[in-house]
Amino acid sequence: MKIESNNFVDLASIAVRNTDQQTAVRRGTRNAYNNRQAAFTQFGYEHGQKLRMQAAAAKRRALKSLPDLLEEAEARMKENGITVLWAEDAAEARRHVQEIAARHQVKRIVKSKSMLSEEIALNGALEGAGLDVVETDLGEYIVQIGGEHPSHIVAPIIHKSKESIRDLMVEKLGMPFTDNSGEMVAFARQRLRPIYLDADMGISGGNFIIAETGTVTLVTNEGNGRLCTSAPRVHVALVGIEKMVETVEDYALLTQVLPRAGTGQHMAVYTSMINGPRRTDEPDGPEAVYVVLVDNGRSKVYATKYAEVLSCVRCGSCQNACPVYRSTGGGAYGWVYGGPIGAVLTPLYVGLENAEPLPYASSLCGACKQVCPVDIDLPRMLLDLRHDMTVRGHGSKLYGFGLWAWSITQRTAWSYRLTAWAARVGQKIMGRWHPGPIGAWAKYRDLPTFAPKTFRQLWAERGK
Amino acid sequence: MSPPKGKTVSLFVTCIVDMMYPQTGMSVVTILERLGVNVVFPMAQTCCGQPAFNSGNRREAARVAKQFLRAFDGAEVIVTPSGSCAAMVRHEFPSLFAGDTLWGPRAERAASITWEFSEYLVDGLGITDLGGRLNAPRKVGLHDSCHGLRVLKLGGQARALIGEVENAELSEVPDCDNCCGFGGLFAVKMADVSGAMLQDKVKSITGSEADVVVTGDASCMTQINGGLARSGSAVRCVHLADLLAESLEGQEAPK
Ligand code: SF4
Repeated sequence: MKIESNNFVDLASIAVRNTDQQTAVRRGTRNAYNNRQAAFTQFGYEHGQKLRMQAAAAKRRALKSLPDLLEEAEARMKENGITVLWAEDAAEARRHVQEIAARHQVKRIVKSKSMLSEEIALNGALEGAGLDVVETDLGEYIVQIGGEHPSHIVAPIIHKSKESIRDLMVEKLGMPFTDNSGEMVAFARQRLRPIYLDADMGISGGNFIIAETGTVTLVTNEGNGRLCTSAPRVHVALVGIEKMVETVEDYALLTQVLPRAGTGQHMAVYTSMINGPRRTDEPDGPEAVYVVLVDNGRSKVYATKYAEVLSCVRCGSCQNACPVYRSTGGGAYGWVYGGPIGAVLTPLYVGLENAEPLPYASSLCGACKQVCPVDIDLPRMLLDLRHDMTVRGHGSKLYGFGLWAWSITQRTAWSYRLTAWAARVGQKIMGRWHPGPIGAWAKYRDLPTFAPKTFRQLWAERGK
Repeated sequence: MSPPKGKTVSLFVTCIVDMMYPQTGMSVVTILERLGVNVVFPMAQTCCGQPAFNSGNRREAARVAKQFLRAFDGAEVIVTPSGSCAAMVRHEFPSLFAGDTLWGPRAERAASITWEFSEYLVDGLGITDLGGRLNAPRKVGLHDSCHGLRVLKLGGQARALIGEVENAELSEVPDCDNCCGFGGLFAVKMADVSGAMLQDKVKSITGSEADVVVTGDASCMTQINGGLARSGSAVRCVHLADLLAESLEGQEAPK
């Protein structure tokens, strides 16, 4: 996926004018947000908080011993009969998948939703190699036939209205016209069923890898994940190296907070725990299972003050809570991950210079931190990223200069008073002429007026 | 934080209150003095440095913060009618000067004696009933400003104070904890997004029964009033201190 994050301001301005998309995103995020609140307070606020803190602790602990856990997980997975491959970057990860496909003479691939495969631009590479690739998550399927990109971690087509999805299905799949979403789902399902049976290889992501048992776990709500990982001959799981958890107990904890945070469910509808290929006494399952452990920038982040962000379980909760995401939709963020998590991850993964506006795409309201099931301090990281930006000379020079000039006026009481006076006089002189930032302000709001006397003047007069 | 009872309050009025809403500063003075608190105003104060800090320009923020520390050097208790400025002093000052042997301890000290206005009244002095009464019944909505709500964990204090005012009826504004879209330079750097967030806020206020909306942050007030005025609504956003001061007009001072 082409990185367009430097265009955030323009893309966002277009997005806020797209009323259909606005309605769809607002409805979707609000529902998910409300459900999340209900799920986390089901047994009282305190219980929900405790659950979050325990989950956060499990994830932080895993992060601390990540190198060891990766080794342990690799050893256990190998014992279980899984072939483990490592990929340092996107290109190596794509190459691995292509080679596996070639080795097993694969023609058709079914995929279960995986943001990581989006991150490494896998579909294009596989199609380029002459393979037939079909997304099976309903949302991803729509995204694929529409030639778009997912706009949300959990709900890829949160930005689309039912009508626009219907029109797309009528046009691209020849679906009979209907307004009934049940019929739409049934149609897609009927389309997908034979494709599973026909596929040689299934590709999935992985929500967690349990190091002590070498188990890849996967949650979905449509059951498509299960079909992708068990119906075809070969299963490939693409998993980021940060997805390790130490024990089954830790997993049990995390599997409670992930669906609660994402959709407000107490459990996902389908949970798969994959321990390896089909054994001789088992009736079904793939003949070969591969796990590709992908770095692609993660270890680079691991070595910095931003390491905590690798605890992210990709629940999308911060996106649902974020008023900026709600107003713009995920597409405006210009890469795979939108919303607060994207504003932090994207600059770290693709380079600050390629995502300059993203750390500033926040009013720092803190709603994202409040809902994050593993308590990632996203606002703190946005502030740190802004600092890094200015230190490294990225970001707006104009604002940097303005703030420097401003800081000088605030460094003594007399220069402050002079500025306050000049601002008041300036406002009088300028009248209805609103240059630059003042114009930007005046676009949506009436300008505040400076009071005829400052507080310090009132205070001084009072003393008389 | 040590109990501030009986100590002199050094008022930090913040730059926005000073220039745009001086009356709010006077309301704070009125209320505190009625409660018998000795209030001083250190004339050397300017700004807390938040605009620069939030933009990532920490060197500039530190320069401004030093002036704050100089101005409030001898203060016993610092009170400010702004949640975000209180949060800046309490949570960011110490890290801004971490490892600085000269300024670090002063920043730590300032952080430990700084209170937001409603927090100072309710948690500091243990007062919720000021004995206020509005001239006519009003439905009072709230806007929980983000820093107050999520950094300082405020919200209950303002509700408790309003709850005791005669003729003031707390009225639920939907999504009162949603950001108004100000965010300092965010409002001009990303004007369209900020505008969209503001429109949401304005809609929930005008769609509610509230005839006045109270908040604890002058920057939210600037933003929300700008939006309400633009939308043609007669509802206004006022600072908690202003509503409380209004309710005290013509009332007997407590003995
Ligand atoms: S940062 Fe937190 S809330 Fe956002 S997707 Fe990751 S885990 Fe979920």
